[in-house]
Amino acid sequence: MADERITVSPAKAQRRKDEPGTEPLHPLVELTFMRVREFMREKEAVFWVFIFPVLMTFALGIAFRNTAPDKALVAIESGTEKVSETANVLSHSPEISATVMSPDEAAQALRSGKVSIVVKPVNDSFEYHFDPTRPESRTARLLVDDVLQRGKGRADVVHAGEQQITEPGARYVDFLVPGLIGMNLMGSGLWGLGFTVVIARSRKLLKRFAATPMRRSHYLLSFILSRLVFLVLEVAAVVVFAWLVFGFTVRGSWLSVTLITLLGGFTFSGIGLLVAARPQTIEGVSGLMNFIMLPMWLLSGTFFSSERFPQILQPFIKALPLTALNTVLRALMNEGATLSSNWMQISILLAWLIISFVVALKIFRWQ
Amino acid sequence: MALRCSGLVKRFTDVTAVNGLDLEIFAGECFGLLGPNGAGKTTTVEILEGLTPSDEGTVELLGQHWNSGDDRLLRERIGVQLQETQLAEKVTVVETLRLFRSFYQRGHSVDEVIQTVGLEEKRNARVGKLSGGQKQRLAVACALVSDPELLFLDEPTTGLDPQARLSLWDIVEKFRAGGGTILLTTHYMEEASRLCDRVAIMDHGKVIALGTPAALIESLGADQIIEFSVASELADDALTRLPAVSDAHKRGEAYALTVSEIGVALPALLAEIKRQQSDLVTLTTHQATLEDVFVSLTGRMLRDG
Repeated sequence: MADERITVSPAKAQRRKDEPGTEPLHPLVELTFMRVREFMREKEAVFWVFIFPVLMTFALGIAFRNTAPDKALVAIESGTEKVSETANVLSHSPEISATVMSPDEAAQALRSGKVSIVVKPVNDSFEYHFDPTRPESRTARLLVDDVLQRGKGRADVVHAGEQQITEPGARYVDFLVPGLIGMNLMGSGLWGLGFTVVIARSRKLLKRFAATPMRRSHYLLSFILSRLVFLVLEVAAVVVFAWLVFGFTVRGSWLSVTLITLLGGFTFSGIGLLVAARPQTIEGVSGLMNFIMLPMWLLSGTFFSSERFPQILQPFIKALPLTALNTVLRALMNEGATLSSNWMQISILLAWLIISFVVALKIFRWQ
Repeated sequence: MALRCSGLVKRFTDVTAVNGLDLEIFAGECFGLLGPNGAGKTTTVEILEGLTPSDEGTVELLGQHWNSGDDRLLRERIGVQLQETQLAEKVTVVETLRLFRSFYQRGHSVDEVIQTVGLEEKRNARVGKLSGGQKQRLAVACALVSDPELLFLDEPTTGLDPQARLSLWDIVEKFRAGGGTILLTTHYMEEASRLCDRVAIMDHGKVIALGTPAALIESLGADQIIEFSVASELADDALTRLPAVSDAHKRGEAYALTVSEIGVALPALLAEIKRQQSDLVTLTTHQATLEDVFVSLTGRMLRDG
């Protein structure tokens, strides 16, 4: 029965051809579109990649905004006759906020960090109670001692001039934004690739693709290309937001920043691909991803400088891809450095990128 | 010859899934691979599709072999529907088919296959919103979009309601009418009888019977099955000695007799039940099916009973 054949007459096929949207493009383009569609239609993913980093920038930027330097918080222990006199002297300093408390209250406030130092007037002198390992306590001790000594009549030997400088690029939010971008590139690269690949594997979709003439490299490349699209958007979201709200500026060249962002994004895509190369289940890949990301969240200097970790850990920390990325991004954005002065970090990123891709392609499991 | 394999063996750590399997499928036929769950059907099909390497044996399909350097060319010529594939849920029917179409040099247009599988009204619906039957039709459409010479369908109607099953059968019949070759696995004997020119019955990784559905049923030497149950147990050997009865099985609490002339066998059975001083509880008769062939070949039900 000829009319039951699936083949369609040329005239009919011609009509179909004119309809938009059904003529397939190059497989790599179609695969990339598929990635982009799947991502954009996943509301949760959009939130974590675009909205969450902006909220994070906002919250941390507000919490650590640079207003006038914080006053030193001081408790004065009550119970002696010199208490009110001491409080009076300290209240004249604009850098000190002093409160009178009972000895028990004062000790409690010091322990819990509500005050940095407790001053106990003793006869004609004072006793300072503080923890010298807390930087703000040491500062408070210097300030309090200075004010109290002057109150007793000490005079300055020389008068030093002062010039106060608050440079843009040196605020906490300036430090924070490149770190958040780095962390975000890591998160979206690993989750974006790792999850999608493992879900496709567990749903036997990878196997189904393997049964077509699709080039396997096209499948893997489509992830990289789709990351390109999102990368630009997710970095722009944070930078523009920080610029509007906190006056964040990029001091280095935009071209360099773009190149490094791409390199960082691709590196973490490669690592994501490596992580997703074998696991069969979401639980498996989640564990693996946390195992890989956790050290970098802690050590790679997103929220504070990684230089604070012990010297013995530094070579290890510096070799982590997120440390390298954060370091270059900060150098470019905050200091206006050039790419060539960061060749070391760039080499580290390239090494991670190449090694993870090559290994991932070798061990990738299609079913 | 569309497909030929011989001596296929596939061992997994705890089980030999395929144990010396030979098959020949002619161009233009619908060939059914039948068997219970765990018989090795899916493993066999995946070896033939070049997705799973076999431990032993050779596969030749459409005159080519897997791993001979032009696998992609071979993949251009076959269409595959896998048993467990779940297509991406957030994309639409058209988007899914466009993607699959883009993998092939030649084939049908996306709209043609949408029409073939009757998903015109769902063309812009997301895959996640489709019913089970529609999803399965889309899976078959993905296999058809390349206009394949050889189509593999692995349990295409498992879990579908009768209506959805019928519409899938229509698609398969249309493809076959267009000159395509089909290898279909199923554990529904009715599906095999309806669609397949020839069937191979598989059990424990081996082919235990091969032929047209009619010939296999005929090989039972009978065309009727009497199933009945009685109040107290009967002696099996007495049943096989009844006139016109060629075989007797116990299926659970019930008995099944394979008979050639029901007019002769039935009165004799009733007399025998009376002689053994038992009472008839239920009795049905039906035309012999592939199901009865399987029971007769494996004796599984009898052993289990």
